[in-house]
Amino acid sequence: MKLVVIGNGMVGHKLLEELADVPHLSITVLCEEPRPAYDRVHLSEFFSGKTADDLSLVTPGFFDRPNITLKLNAKAVDIDRAAKLVQLEDGETVPYDRLVLATGSYPFVPPVTGRDRNGCLVYRTIEDLEAMTEWGKKSKVGVVVGGGLLGLECAKALKDMGLQTHVVEFAPRLMTVQVDDMGGRLLRRKIEAMGVQVHTGKNTLEITDGAGLGVGGRHAMKFADGSQLQTDMIVFSAGIRPRDELARVAGLIRGERGGILIDNQCKTSDPAIYAIGECALWQGKIFGLVAPGYDMARIVARQIVAGDDAASAPQFNGADMSTKLKLLGVDVASIGDAQGSTPGSLTYLFNDDVAGHYKKLVVTADGKLLIGAVLVGEANDYGTLLQMALNGIPLPAQPESLILPSVEGGSKGIGIDMLPASASICSCNNVSKGDLCTAIENGSTSLGALKKCTKAATSCGGCLPLVKQVLDAELKKSGVLVLNHICEHYAHSRQELFHLVKVGGQKTFDDTILAHGKGRGCDICKPAVASILASCWNEHVLKPKHASVQDTNDYYLANIQKDGTYSVVPRIPGGEITPDKLIVIGQVAKDYGLYTKITGGQRIDLFGARVEQLPEIWGLLVAAGFESGHAYGKSLRTVKSCVGSTWCRYGVQDSVTMAIRIEERYRGLRSPHKIKMAVSGCTRECAEAQSKDVGVIATEKGWNLYVAGNGGMKPRHAELLAGDVDDETLIKLIDRFLMLYIRTGDRLQRTATWIENLEGGLSYVKKVVIDDALGICAELEADMARQVETYECEWKKAITTPETLKRFSHFVNSKDADSNIQFVDERGQIRPKSALEKKLEVAP
Amino acid sequence: MTDAASWTFVCHRDDIVPNTGVCAKVGEAQVAVFRVVAPNGTEDGPDNGIFALDNFDIRSQANVLSRGLIGELSTETGPALVVASPVYKNHLCLKTGRCLEDEAWSVKAWAVSCGDDGAIMVRAS
Ligand code: SRM
Ligand SMILES: Cc1cc2nc3c(=O)[nH]c(=O)nc-3n(C[C@H](O)[C@H](O)[C@H](O)COP(=O)(O)OP(=O)(O)OC[C@H]3O[C@@H](n4cnc5c(N)ncnc54)[C@H](O)[C@@H]3O)c2cc1C
Ligand code: SF4
Ligand code: FES
Repeated sequence: MKLVVIGNGMVGHKLLEELADVPHLSITVLCEEPRPAYDRVHLSEFFSGKTADDLSLVTPGFFDRPNITLKLNAKAVDIDRAAKLVQLEDGETVPYDRLVLATGSYPFVPPVTGRDRNGCLVYRTIEDLEAMTEWGKKSKVGVVVGGGLLGLECAKALKDMGLQTHVVEFAPRLMTVQVDDMGGRLLRRKIEAMGVQVHTGKNTLEITDGAGLGVGGRHAMKFADGSQLQTDMIVFSAGIRPRDELARVAGLIRGERGGILIDNQCKTSDPAIYAIGECALWQGKIFGLVAPGYDMARIVARQIVAGDDAASAPQFNGADMSTKLKLLGVDVASIGDAQGSTPGSLTYLFNDDVAGHYKKLVVTADGKLLIGAVLVGEANDYGTLLQMALNGIPLPAQPESLILPSVEGGSKGIGIDMLPASASICSCNNVSKGDLCTAIENGSTSLGALKKCTKAATSCGGCLPLVKQVLDAELKKSGVLVLNHICEHYAHSRQELFHLVKVGGQKTFDDTILAHGKGRGCDICKPAVASILASCWNEHVLKPKHASVQDTNDYYLANIQKDGTYSVVPRIPGGEITPDKLIVIGQVAKDYGLYTKITGGQRIDLFGARVEQLPEIWGLLVAAGFESGHAYGKSLRTVKSCVGSTWCRYGVQDSVTMAIRIEERYRGLRSPHKIKMAVSGCTRECAEAQSKDVGVIATEKGWNLYVAGNGGMKPRHAELLAGDVDDETLIKLIDRFLMLYIRTGDRLQRTATWIENLEGGLSYVKKVVIDDALGICAELEADMARQVETYECEWKKAITTPETLKRFSHFVNSKDADSNIQFVDERGQIRPKSALEKKLEVAP
Repeated sequence: MTDAASWTFVCHRDDIVPNTGVCAKVGEAQVAVFRVVAPNGTEDGPDNGIFALDNFDIRSQANVLSRGLIGELSTETGPALVVASPVYKNHLCLKTGRCLEDEAWSVKAWAVSCGDDGAIMVRAS
């Protein structure tokens, strides 16, 4: 069968995924855009550094299938329903047996004179975002027309570009659809506190030349009430309109106000043609969210597979339009009948102007069921409330307890166990609680594995906390309690143990295991406890009482290599080094015959040192002013830097000085895993700071601080923690961020995985380290200050401590070297002899 | 074979930091000697907590076992004292040299004796 799909947007692509491997189906995809499907929901992440590739929804190799033909830049302009042909703009025709229209929608631009002036933009495609970026660069002021979900998201983007940002809304409040009056008022306060100016009740009449031509006032917007607003760029985000042009030319039935009419099977008025996603009109409704579109895609896929005996095929039953705004810094959520328009419905209200929380519940006339809710300022209970509303779970005896602030620690609402297996947990990907439980039973016992297996929480992410709750509850039931226990000796996670040690004051491994564990410990818990002791008390790792719990790398202050030799990595802060110091490294390497390599961390690694040579080598290096580079510890590795404003013509801050300052501040700091940092002197980002645990990028006004990036096995872009901060604020925030991580990170958990597993993620971290929501910032800073004060170079200390020096010999009863360590020459340097080479030598 | 001549003195107990190992040269062989002390300070076992294994780690083909971390792991035959190779973390039973992950990586356990005077003797063979 020949299937043609018009539109390769989010919904069209979902359909392809469902049908990709169906036999005897040949699919042609017509995609008007220059690139295949990408994640529109996360479009604004384009502004925080995501590329078109990052946003792509196409798995590698997807379109290599022989049965799918993808045509890019291919706009369909006509449908000949009698001949079953689709005609493209360039005249080409494509035959079909079944046709699916997935053409989405376009942004509505109100018919205002001047709306097509230069710098008047919309917000829907990657090209739109590129245009916004371009205009953002030459603008000082930006206006978003439209104060709905998308408009606010767009305003945030303009704000992040550093523009003075305004939101102009026709209605008397923001987010008219989702929020009521009182909630809207609080929302407005919050948005204004973020530095975005809000103008409600404004009817734009025309856009003309601004008074201050050029930056600051290219356009003047004139409103019906006589007022004016000067701006450089305008983004229209005043709603969407379905793209139903094709339906019009093909004579398919459309709604009065647009949209391609479909029935419960998503069929249009021509049974060979389906319409899905935002272009489709079902019972007078257009769904501007991705989840209902995905639902339609699944329904159509089932019918295409089932062929004409599709009578029993699933039907589209409408969709829940509850939403949670993913705007950083403002929590807004709306569930079901948020306005309370159901006849006889009753409401519960809670308003706290001081904390900035507004919560409303809408319940049925008999007070038994929840049918709607509005949450502004704090929306942690969104998932729970949504589940109650969707699954008709009876309200507790005192429904108000669901919105009243909880007394310390007491959890409220419904337990996840109360949800039936059919409860839909992830609406984006249609994953029920039962689906999750099955996957967990079949071995997906980590959040990552569960997401991968079920796809839950991989789209909007709103369901993540619930997915995690289901996981935890199921694991608990099946007795898998060890999940975050360090090992069989400690029934605690690293975080719990950290607190126990801090409170209990244990200073050695033995005291710790006697107090908080059992047995004798092992190679898992010993280094973990060693790291905790070092973070809590900054006890020198070399002290004999800690010797037996250090991993060999910490014990010998060097990284073990495959042949039992070690590497030597002196610290080169910020990658800056004098010629004299370079010569010393070269000389030492030459004298000891070490293999020398520039590392990926802007320093130099010397390989092939025998254990008994380490103290001498370090003696020479320390004498020349080098310090340990901690290449061996779970601690700060390097702070990479670019050359910065001192030399580089583009640099706006002195990145090298800042990198050195940071490296010297955090050197030696022990943590759950290694920490890497970088400082770039401008947005060109030559130091690759966004792939680091802590990344600093210079701006005209100061520094942008990014956190929780990672290279390695699972790369992750760092996220912006704070923008345009000065030197001192930067250091303060890094202090707090690192200490929070050290206190709460799990064993061998880099900041990237830590933040992904942290409930609330970045916004939680922001609350703690910027807003001081837990009131611990002073404590975190004091902890860090103590670390900084008590720093000493481990190698300097080691070579002057006879007791420590004793451990650096291969034999306890002989001065001989290990005869098994053998090298051969390669490209003028040494490398370890392979096992085979050793064998060949002995054999003949 | 209890021939006194085949026992070699390698070091004193105090030469080994509690719960670590050292490598001793016994003839041409390398022997990893470990000193195990319980968290409450007792040096238990027939030989006051002293154990000896080959120093050669079959898995990494390197002489490194003396530098591994000592621990105790539950096995099907109850808790066992083990050393984890510092290179690939395979665990070897201190008493028997058996590798918990793969028999092929098991090593030889050497006869060792530590008197109350603290002198550690390994039986060459
Ligand atoms: C030497 C070096 C490679 C080189 O020749 O360039 C290197 C070498 C090692 N890396 Fe690396 N990594 C080196 C840069 C990197 C980088 C790049 C960077 O830092 O800019 C990365 C990716 C960035 C990142 O970490 O986010 C990197 C990601 C890893 C990982 C994966 C970490 C992850 O989160 O997925 C490991 C494994 C681990 O730590 O568990 C690793 C582990 C190792 C170990 C320690 C493996 C081991 O246990 O023996 C290697 C030992 C080096 C030694 O003996 O000195 N190395 N490693 C680089 C030393 C940089 C330095 O000056 O300190
Ligand atoms: C910035 C932004 C944020 C959003 N945030 C959320 C959110 O948080 N949650 C949520 O649920 N939804 C969100 N949405 C809405 C969501 O993106 C849409 O619901 C979803 O993309 C609809 O999918 P679709 O396939 O119907 O349309 P689209 O993704 O728009 O795809 C339609 C495709 O068809 C192509 N096309 C149209 N006509 C033709 C033709 N004649 N020939 C060939 N190709 C054609 C278009 O070029 C387009 O590529 C957001 C949207 C935007 C813009
Ligand atoms: S990439 Fe792998 S092989 Fe290369 S240095 Fe890093 S850990 Fe070693
Ligand atoms: S609800 Fe959107 S990802 Fe699960």
